[in-house]
Amino acid sequence: MQRRPQRVLAASAAALTAVTLAACASSDRDSDSGSGGEGGEAQSGGTLVFGAAGDPAMLDPAFGSDGETFRVARQIYEGLLGNEIGGTEPVPELAEDWEVSEDGLEYTFALREGVKFHDGTDFNAEAVCFNFDRWYNFEGLAQSPSASYYYQAVFGGFASTPDAPSIYESCEATDENTAVIRLTQVTSKFPAALALPAFSIQSPEALQQYDADNLSGSEDALSYSEYALEHPTGTGPFKFESWDRGNGEVTIVRNEDYWGDQALLDEIIFRTIPDGNTRRQELQAGSIDGYDFVAPADYQSLQDDGFQVLVRDPFNILYLGINGGNVPGTQANPALKDVRVRQAIAHAIDRETIVNSLLPEGAEAAVEFMPPTVDGWAEDVTTYDYDPDRARQLLQEAGAEGTTLRFYYPTEVSRPYLPDPAALFQVINQNLIDAGFTVEPTALPWNPDYLNAVQAGQADIHLLGWTGDYNDAYNFIGTFFAEQANNQASAEFGAFSAPEIFAALAEADQEPDASRRTELYQEANRLIMDYLPGVPISHSPPALVVAENVQGLEPSPLTAEVFSTVSVSD
Amino acid sequence: MTAMGDLKRRRIDELAARAGQVPEGEGGLSLTRSAFRRLRRNPVAITGAVIVVVFLLVAAFAPLLAPKDPLTQYLLSEIRPGSIPGSREGFPLGVDNLGRDLLSRLIVGSRQSLLIGVVSTLLGAAVGMALGVLAGAFGGWVDSVVMRFVDILLSLPSLLMAISISVLLGQNQWALMIAIAVTQVPVFARLLRGSMLAQRGSDYALAARALGIRRSRIVFGHVLPNSLSPVIVQATLSLATAIIEAAALSFLGLGDPDLARPEWGAMLSNAQAFLSIRPELAIYPALCIIVVALGFTLLGESLREALDPKFRR
Amino acid sequence: MLRFIVRRLLQLIPILLGLSVLLFAWLRALPGGPAQAALGERATPEAIARYNELFGLDQPLYVQYLRFLGRAVQLDFGNSSRTGRPVIEEFLERMPGTIELTVFAMVFAIGLGIPLGYLAARRHGSWLDSASVIGSLLGVAIPVFFLAYLLRLLFAVELGWLPGSGRQEVRIDATRITNFYVLDGLLTREWDAAWDAFLHLVLPGIALGTIPLAIIVRITRASVLDVVNEDYVRTANAKGLATSTVRRRHILRNALLPVSTTIGLQTGLLLSGAVLTETVFAFGGVGSAIFDSIFARDFAVLQGFILMLAVVYVLVNLLVDISYGLLDPRVRVR
Repeated sequence: MQRRPQRVLAASAAALTAVTLAACASSDRDSDSGSGGEGGEAQSGGTLVFGAAGDPAMLDPAFGSDGETFRVARQIYEGLLGNEIGGTEPVPELAEDWEVSEDGLEYTFALREGVKFHDGTDFNAEAVCFNFDRWYNFEGLAQSPSASYYYQAVFGGFASTPDAPSIYESCEATDENTAVIRLTQVTSKFPAALALPAFSIQSPEALQQYDADNLSGSEDALSYSEYALEHPTGTGPFKFESWDRGNGEVTIVRNEDYWGDQALLDEIIFRTIPDGNTRRQELQAGSIDGYDFVAPADYQSLQDDGFQVLVRDPFNILYLGINGGNVPGTQANPALKDVRVRQAIAHAIDRETIVNSLLPEGAEAAVEFMPPTVDGWAEDVTTYDYDPDRARQLLQEAGAEGTTLRFYYPTEVSRPYLPDPAALFQVINQNLIDAGFTVEPTALPWNPDYLNAVQAGQADIHLLGWTGDYNDAYNFIGTFFAEQANNQASAEFGAFSAPEIFAALAEADQEPDASRRTELYQEANRLIMDYLPGVPISHSPPALVVAENVQGLEPSPLTAEVFSTVSVSD
Repeated sequence: MTAMGDLKRRRIDELAARAGQVPEGEGGLSLTRSAFRRLRRNPVAITGAVIVVVFLLVAAFAPLLAPKDPLTQYLLSEIRPGSIPGSREGFPLGVDNLGRDLLSRLIVGSRQSLLIGVVSTLLGAAVGMALGVLAGAFGGWVDSVVMRFVDILLSLPSLLMAISISVLLGQNQWALMIAIAVTQVPVFARLLRGSMLAQRGSDYALAARALGIRRSRIVFGHVLPNSLSPVIVQATLSLATAIIEAAALSFLGLGDPDLARPEWGAMLSNAQAFLSIRPELAIYPALCIIVVALGFTLLGESLREALDPKFRR
Repeated sequence: MLRFIVRRLLQLIPILLGLSVLLFAWLRALPGGPAQAALGERATPEAIARYNELFGLDQPLYVQYLRFLGRAVQLDFGNSSRTGRPVIEEFLERMPGTIELTVFAMVFAIGLGIPLGYLAARRHGSWLDSASVIGSLLGVAIPVFFLAYLLRLLFAVELGWLPGSGRQEVRIDATRITNFYVLDGLLTREWDAAWDAFLHLVLPGIALGTIPLAIIVRITRASVLDVVNEDYVRTANAKGLATSTVRRRHILRNALLPVSTTIGLQTGLLLSGAVLTETVFAFGGVGSAIFDSIFARDFAVLQGFILMLAVVYVLVNLLVDISYGLLDPRVRVR
């Protein structure tokens, strides 16, 4: 299964308590519209201009995997399940309720009635099955990992790929408002994963009319259908209005026929401003009302200027990946196969200083590869304190003093877990040099070069991270360290071979009992931190910022904010 | 003649044509000696020369001059997001966003910045001159082929060309130098060819040929040396452009990936993020770039005037 | 004159051919080749083989080149890997913005540069003269992107006088006809939209126009100083012609010749500066698209945009050469 740590966001399960202060927090989606927080009446109407860091790739979420696509898609579309506002739990959305059969293979969804797509057609069980069958029957370029990433991550293969079978078996509309979905094997990802925007239910009529599955390729690129570019049609509180590509502006307007509480804003314009400094200055100049990915350096000064910095709970992990050296065709440093060298790297890194000096307030040093709020986090893993002397000593014991590490880091990017890659690289670089390593840096632009290179196992060590899709240990450590093939982990970690870790993860994933599953994941975490396939560095709280007159935006740890409750006062 | 950059070429050719001329009324004095005499009396030239020499000295003795190690993150632990300590004892200009001494980084950074400028200009001049000599010495179809190639290079805006090359060669300091060098090639090629053509018809070249001296000796012994002065002028001016262009490439994210190695362009683009907190992090490296570029420009312009017979009235 | 133009246009052909060979070779030389660029490094060998077969990348290079050329002649440069849209469509959408910006920058540079240079020369040695000399030296030494940041910080953020990014205030719902926003506003009589689009040109235009301004000031000053000492000016003065006539007919006209050369050269160079300026000001022209494409490794866009910009550059130079011919009878005679 492919993974793309950059692309994240999404949806569901378990308990993150007490989500963020946000004094401005206002109406919940299920409460009456117009009931603002204590800050005053939330008014209806108006336009919000939100600064995005990049353009959406397109607006058919089935082919989406990046945050900017999902940010817009989340407002236009809904899935069977949605996310708890401000939390990580999955909640009913287009499905009001669901039942699972004894054997865990059959899910019966009771659908919400009276829902219409933006094109006026009815949302019903047939529409749901149409979408599931659509994904399952993707052909040609639609099967490429860069297109249907999340489908493949959750369901595996397609109808036409018998070699890589799908765990999806069928979908049946037993009546107008009941859809029955059958799987071929039990998975803990289901149904929580259905809250991912990639599994939004789209209008079958519009999908067909605008030829949604027709991905053409030119010699150089995937090119999306008219549907994905001009006619995205969902059931959400906002409707697609227009997309001005030259200026990077996506406009969505209120869906007057929405089944739930009407959105408060008339209109939202997502405006792409790639440069973080420009985003800040545009907010200060008043030409946008808010933006995402606030630089840690700006949290305080923006607050001082009267802006609302909405800090999300850290639900991510930044780590230093180490190459296990088993990827054919790459030249990883063989010294890294020695656990003492990996331990030396871990002891060399000054995580406390990194967390204090480079990351926003509220960031924590990480001791394992998932945040403490996720079930399965173990208290008693082996830890590696900052200790350059110990690092040097370990290197000496391993006979690897001065060993050269090819250190890859990304440029032109700011991720929720990695706000300033260049600064972080320089500190770790210096840490490693101080501990007696030689470092050979390589900088690559984030997407696609950097991701491609590190995921192909070309680096000795590299910086990467992950924001959780939902509250599930497997979504973190399973994504990183599960067995891929031939008793090997993913190429990103040099396809190392650690059967006991693989077994522990597989066992945990298939364990139906929740408390037993937690124990199994804790054991997996202990094994991982003994083996040390990489060094966990930090969990960092990313933030959005909005102007003083914007109310009702609830930060989501999954970076899955919903804008229907947002209002702007004059 | 082809369309592109006719004017650009004409200008280069004019400069080239003047090179070999022996000024009237100064017959007794060699070109370079008279030029030097005029330079010494020109305050603009002196200013330029002083700037250039000072920075070259700083670069040469940087390790001795830098009060601190430019790589050590002295004050990292005192830094918080959004707050960087200002100047204090031991850190006269303050520290950068990772707690490194700014003054030391500026001093040591002069090496890398000047190195990029000098190497890329030398490289560009060398390749350009080789092409120019080839075209000028052989003429005929060699000339046509070489000059068509140069025309193609001239038809691309220089930064776009540098970007294309950087993308191709990957992100490292050598790619940076090569990218800048390639943008310099066409000017030097055209300059040298023009100057050689102008001299091929000169009396001494004709005389040498009449004496039966081999072509290579005429070219390398007589024509080439006499064509050098416009090349030197152009090289001085190109140095300024190269340093600014290196900063631009750094800004575009195509600079040296080893961010620890101080370099003004990288320091400047890195500091944009802290412009509202510590503007001096950007201002100092920017000033260095501006002053050095100014120094080379002043020197180059006054050299041009000094060597140009038109200005000797 | 017509023959001159036709001949010059014909001479473009070999240059563009050469350029297309270079750009074609450039794309092929990139690590992994086009299939890898399109499918990503995780693509399986089978997928790459299928892709290569699908798009004829398994055929001999010259066949591929000819096909590339055939498509390029029809302005088909493939699709952007970032947006999936045809490169030419993106170019046509963005080029008007860059043209508007370039025109603004040039008008700013010429409108300010020539009078300033002329005055500096007339008052040779005055404070105005020294100031413009120093200013013009500084103007070429400041990195464009740094100047752009300073301008934006001062006038957009601190003072809030002018917009600091984009081509149009997003809340203005303007009608688009030509994608020249100022022009569109005038055509549709949406005066506020036109004025707003114009204001968005000011800061990036000044940043972009600074280098040409500096150079035009210097060249104007130098050539006016040159011309003043020419015999024909002295003759004209001696003849007792009115000072204004001498200035207009003899000094200015002759002094402008080298200035027009410079203007031509600088207009082309603005295309380089646009990459930096548009990026800083998030201005949706071709320059910022090139910047974005570098990092997204959107080679189709880079290839197509660079080739088309080269054509634009060449055409601008041609225009300048023609106007030079009109200004200077000596050139025409040749």
